[in-house]
Amino acid sequence: MSDGNGDGYAVRAEGLEKRYGEKRALDGFDLAVREGTVHGLLGPNGAGKTTAVRILSTLVRLDGGRATVAGLDVARRPREVRSRIGLTGQYAAVDEVLTGRQNLEMFGRLFHLGGRRARLRAAELLDRFDLTDAADKGVGTYSGGMRRRLDLAASMILAPAVLFLDEPTTGLDPRSRGEVWDSVRALVAGGTTVLLTTQYLEEADRLASRITVIDQGRAIADDTPDGLKNTVGGDRVEVVVADRADIPHAVKAVARVADGEPEADETELRVHAPVTDRVNALTEVARTLQDEGVAVEDIGLRRPSLDDVFLRLTGHRTEPPGVRDTPPSAPQPKGAVA
Amino acid sequence: MSTRVSPDARPSAGAGSRSAAGTGPGAPDLTDLTDLPVRSRTYWLLADVGNIVRRGLTHYRRQPVNIAWQLGFPILSVLLYGYVVGSAMQVPGGGDYRDFLMPGMFAMTMAFGFINTATLVVHDSTKGVIDRFRSMPMAPSAVVAGRGVTDLVVACAELAIMMLTALAMGWRPDADLGFLAAFGLLLWLRFALIWIGVWLGLLVPNPEAAGGLFVVAFPLTMISSIFVAPQLMPDWLGWVAAWNPLSSTAAATRELFGTPVGGGDSWIEQHALLMAGVWPVVLTLVFLPLAVRRFRRLSR
Repeated sequence: MSDGNGDGYAVRAEGLEKRYGEKRALDGFDLAVREGTVHGLLGPNGAGKTTAVRILSTLVRLDGGRATVAGLDVARRPREVRSRIGLTGQYAAVDEVLTGRQNLEMFGRLFHLGGRRARLRAAELLDRFDLTDAADKGVGTYSGGMRRRLDLAASMILAPAVLFLDEPTTGLDPRSRGEVWDSVRALVAGGTTVLLTTQYLEEADRLASRITVIDQGRAIADDTPDGLKNTVGGDRVEVVVADRADIPHAVKAVARVADGEPEADETELRVHAPVTDRVNALTEVARTLQDEGVAVEDIGLRRPSLDDVFLRLTGHRTEPPGVRDTPPSAPQPKGAVA
Repeated sequence: MSTRVSPDARPSAGAGSRSAAGTGPGAPDLTDLTDLPVRSRTYWLLADVGNIVRRGLTHYRRQPVNIAWQLGFPILSVLLYGYVVGSAMQVPGGGDYRDFLMPGMFAMTMAFGFINTATLVVHDSTKGVIDRFRSMPMAPSAVVAGRGVTDLVVACAELAIMMLTALAMGWRPDADLGFLAAFGLLLWLRFALIWIGVWLGLLVPNPEAAGGLFVVAFPLTMISSIFVAPQLMPDWLGWVAAWNPLSSTAAATRELFGTPVGGGDSWIEQHALLMAGVWPVVLTLVFLPLAVRRFRRLSR
């Protein structure tokens, strides 16, 4: 399904700009997605993920920069781009009143398949996404997972070169989430390129072969999932002491087992450092502190979270959108806030 | 597999020629997606509008309760106002109140239609259905045009049912070309209100707010010649009521139905036929650009 211009990239964005009033939703955003891969786009709320997807899927015009999808310029040839993409996620929905079959047949006709082929394609996709039993029930009666599968099926009607999955599992229970993941893997095995936005590091970790981290409208990291985790430094041992005077003792105890410099948080009375020999490090620190008679509030091992990635990469924790920008008084189109 | 709508695509050997091995999302496509029909833009625009209309009408078929609601209200109005209020009403200059009321009720139902349009549009835009359509290679204008055509079809059904109810109550219009012209003028008013509905549907934040539009619409229909002749109202209020676009449509259709009762002497009331044609033009000229601008703003 190589539909690109031969450079091996299904999606390319260079210096994308998008402003909403004073707020820069995208501020020189770059992205390159290889054909036939799942590429994760991670970032906190308001980082610009959704704006990027809406520009690449031709829903929103860009203010600056250049983007191609399947080798086609999104600003100059939006209609052709639209016949080569699928869009699934929080903002692109299926019709809740119609049945699953009616939805797929309608979308098929609107993709200009013609009536007969639209019917055939709908039946085929219902079967493929395991929805045949519910095909003639209203979508309103579907479970969350079934609805997302129908959503995926609707995006696959034209066997698109590039599929945009915008937070496809937000709000789903673990089982439905697993079902959606299976479907995505199968699609990629069939040759589709997927751009996945998500807030869950785990989701990107499981599906994506490469991840771009976006913050404040800019790509701040682009790496494999393992590469990203390495920048965070793996597991950390963490101690919270009861008394501020004990912080130096805790730092010393942690430093003996740590792989790096321990960090101390004076206000939260917290000391933490990266470790490799996880369980031994934990027992060692606990024993040392007990021997020294240090009162410990909490002690444990912490795996890196998405928050840690942001902390390391951006120097600040995830924050609500608009905090460091002008107040959100600028008019924002419905549903278009990144 | 990427060949689509490409004129030089060779006819495929057909669906059966591909391997049927494997199912699941990544399985090969059995339906032949190559060699799709190539047609003009106009053809696809009309086809897209047709498909959106089909969707709108399927909604009504799948939700009979909605039809009952939408048609039940006008019938109930005809019955209530005709029998309860009508018994106490007088028409200036004499005449049957029923002849005065029925055309007004028809105009009122057309007027309330903009709330339906707005509600359906706000549903589609907040649920992401409009975004789905906009991400597809269909004509974007078909989304709005399809909404409008659907609403006009529904308006025809509403008018037909109300007229049957009115006939059952003893309303006797002239059955001639004037009747058809009156029907057309009522739809003409409904057409103009589509754009107000689309504009508001893209403006209000959620379906609940669209429901609140009823509170705005209700006084606007009362301050008109729908229920009471403007000359029976206080002077200033009567003036406002006479210049209400609904009054022109109501008065014009009274004439066309052959029951010209309760007309006034002012210029606007004397030129009801003309103004019933002009008002919807004015409304369309104002609100169609607003609706289009709002729709374009979705891309901002």
